[in-house]
Amino acid sequence: MRTVTVVGASLAGLRSVEQLRAQGYDGRVIVIGEESHRPYDRPPLSKAFLLGTSSAEDLALIDPADENDLDARWHLGVRAERLDTGTGRISLSDGTEIATDAVVVATGGRPRTLPGRGDLDGVHTLRTIEDASALRAELTEGASRVVVVGAGWIGAEVASTCHGLGLPVTIVEAMRAPLAAVLGADMAAVCTALHADHGVALRSGIGVRGFTSVSHHGRRRVTGVELADGTTIPADVVVVGVGMRPVTEWLTGSGIDVDNGVLCDAGCVTSVPRVVAVGDVARYRNHDGTLVRHEHWTNAAEQPATAIRNLLAGATIERYRPSEYVWSDQYGVRLQFAGNTRDADGIKVLDGSPDDRKFVAAYHRGGETIGVMAMNSAKLFTRVRRQLATPAVS
Amino acid sequence: MIRACAEKELPPGESIRVVADVPIAVFNVDGELFAIDDTCSHQDASLSEGWLEGCFVECPLHAALFDLRTGIPTCLPAKKPVRTYPVVVTDGVIHVDTTGREAAA
Repeated sequence: MRTVTVVGASLAGLRSVEQLRAQGYDGRVIVIGEESHRPYDRPPLSKAFLLGTSSAEDLALIDPADENDLDARWHLGVRAERLDTGTGRISLSDGTEIATDAVVVATGGRPRTLPGRGDLDGVHTLRTIEDASALRAELTEGASRVVVVGAGWIGAEVASTCHGLGLPVTIVEAMRAPLAAVLGADMAAVCTALHADHGVALRSGIGVRGFTSVSHHGRRRVTGVELADGTTIPADVVVVGVGMRPVTEWLTGSGIDVDNGVLCDAGCVTSVPRVVAVGDVARYRNHDGTLVRHEHWTNAAEQPATAIRNLLAGATIERYRPSEYVWSDQYGVRLQFAGNTRDADGIKVLDGSPDDRKFVAAYHRGGETIGVMAMNSAKLFTRVRRQLATPAVS
Repeated sequence: MIRACAEKELPPGESIRVVADVPIAVFNVDGELFAIDDTCSHQDASLSEGWLEGCFVECPLHAALFDLRTGIPTCLPAKKPVRTYPVVVTDGVIHVDTTGREAAA
């Protein structure tokens, strides 16, 4: 292998380049990134960056010295549009063609939008630094009513940040019990109660039908969110946080199997030799035989070590073992989760109290501790996390 | 000099957060005391809540590992070191010497 091309220049793409070098690959490395930026950290986009307490420079994942050490060729601000696995050529949006021996797919995802959104001014999604800057500009330049659609992590963090900026916020969520499928009803309720603690209204169990808008300087600008029951919540700014779609269109016709992500074996190797996938886009075979895709920072940071090992070996010699660690900061409360919080047959508070928003809870199954959740209890959380039972491979 | 705590309040394997202009974390590694900046150099997290393993502490938020002797991170995502401080025990009380930092400021 003389050339490896990493498509995607965010966390998973960068960690892939680092792993190639760390694991001794000394051939050519090409990185293709649709955004014009060097790799940057996305989690602060809904928190410190949106609040204004961290800057674009703070988000940078590499400095010039790192860049020099990695010795990669960066094609930024261009999109990969096609992969021909027969000839090993990648076509880029600027007309360039790249010849490569191997590919790391790290194209991540794009935010889902709501039908009827059109191109209304004032309606935002949040994925890139441009998204965050545009949203921040509106939040700090006279917006007075914010509606967040979706009470998942991004929606909850954006609501918390808006609250921190002194703006009244309403959250609208289609599911009756958001997060319950992941955390169980009781712990999900503790998480969503953070909004009420701070006077942020959460309307759950109701869908969004569309938006109301007015003509404004020749464009349409949002004025409210129409709910399924016919009522409208007035809004100057709407943030839609209803998940993401993996970016795989460019692989159409490549022979790589795609279905809600790039399908991979247990070691992140795709259906085509010398093509691996990492990060939000990778849907791999889990230890229990199901296909899973993770949309979080830890996975993007950890998965490349395994994927690159298998790519360089030319075979799946290592299975991916996700730590399934997720954190969130909301209203000054630090939330942490690890392991399996979905399949528990019991949950027990080990320390503190959910009412105080300071506690550690263990998720059990068949007598084993399989998952852990904490609020404002990092120390004990880590201790329990390190003792979690590792799932058996079936 | 900043007072941290009584010596007996910090047994081996434990850590404490000292509130100061810049918060400081003090660790007891098998009887040897170390003091470093409490805030991780990567993102906002308290290293005094981190996992102690030998002379290293793992950040409780993103698992960056810092050498308590030098303050230097040994793995991602942290890349910048945290400051280290001399620790002095007088009459059973642990103090952190921050004069180096003040001189540098």
